[in-house]
Amino acid sequence: MSEPRLVEVRRNVLKQNDVLARGLREQFRAAGVFVVSLVSSPGSGKTAFLEKTLTLLQPRYRVAALVGDLATENDAVRLARSKAPVKQITTGTVCHLEAAMVQNALADWDLHQLDFLFIENVGNLVCPSSYDLGENLRLVLMSVTEGEDKPLKYPTIFNSADVAVITKNELAAAVEFDWEAARTSIQSVRPGMQIFRLSAKTGEGMDEFLTFLSRQLAEHRAVLQS
Amino acid sequence: MHELSIAMGIVDAAVEESQRRGVRVSAVHLRLGALSGVVKDALLFSYEVACHGTPLEGTRLVIEELPVIVFCAQCRKMQELASMQLFQCPECGTPTMDVRQGKELEVFALEVEDGDLVVKPEVQK
Repeated sequence: MSEPRLVEVRRNVLKQNDVLARGLREQFRAAGVFVVSLVSSPGSGKTAFLEKTLTLLQPRYRVAALVGDLATENDAVRLARSKAPVKQITTGTVCHLEAAMVQNALADWDLHQLDFLFIENVGNLVCPSSYDLGENLRLVLMSVTEGEDKPLKYPTIFNSADVAVITKNELAAAVEFDWEAARTSIQSVRPGMQIFRLSAKTGEGMDEFLTFLSRQLAEHRAVLQS
Repeated sequence: MHELSIAMGIVDAAVEESQRRGVRVSAVHLRLGALSGVVKDALLFSYEVACHGTPLEGTRLVIEELPVIVFCAQCRKMQELASMQLFQCPECGTPTMDVRQGKELEVFALEVEDGDLVVKPEVQK
């Protein structure tokens, strides 16, 4: 019997997505828009948080959002209450957004007219971690009702994100949320990660987050101009 | 569960590479990093489904799992993480995010049947 022979090919399976994402990032850069994506489990409050963020940013900034879901346009309807341009991406059975979906959704938008573009991913703490969408900043959200060890259970998604946002802080006392334990979990899987703790419902902590976003945009543009 | 679409990507890549090289494939070798976000067992199951009706039907998927390797700035060397829940140097405990291995999702090689043309591997950058 002959030895099986190996032919080395070295092909990145997600190359197509990565190439598209690079193209998107270049397109965003050329337009001067700062792109923020949001990932979390279903029900962690992404849409409420985003609606609040869009509403509060609008007096000063031009903002828009893409929102991914398996089905329904409900989230787009909710986000449209902020008066910002919003487009729903319905993925059918696909559990995450891919760069191609973002590219298609943006085809008829003039990105030069925007300061911030938000991309709300499908609620899922597993699959979105594999797909680059060309974003400048990836937020991972986690509500106080989810359990402080969530980052330890889903290390990959927390590791792929840049900033953590703890939502529904108005419920923290009711569910006896252990802030130190949550912070330790996050720092364990993503050392040095910046964490915001806020409530989209009461507005608590939103100012700090919006100041952070403004600074990110300013720094991003300063780099582009230099 | 996005392993089926990943498996279809693997099959597409392997079919393309085998046709380009004119070889008949008996197995596809994949390198799968612990931080790739892809589950090995789900991928193995999906692979069979994804191969159905393609030239790769009946081939095996051989998965080499790669642990997360980080660079510890304190020890000045590569270290394998002791746990996916703890991004720190296993020796000195310094936290680190300098990941050098673990995100791979790569069709590394094709196992070809005897008598087929074997082409020299491409030079990588």
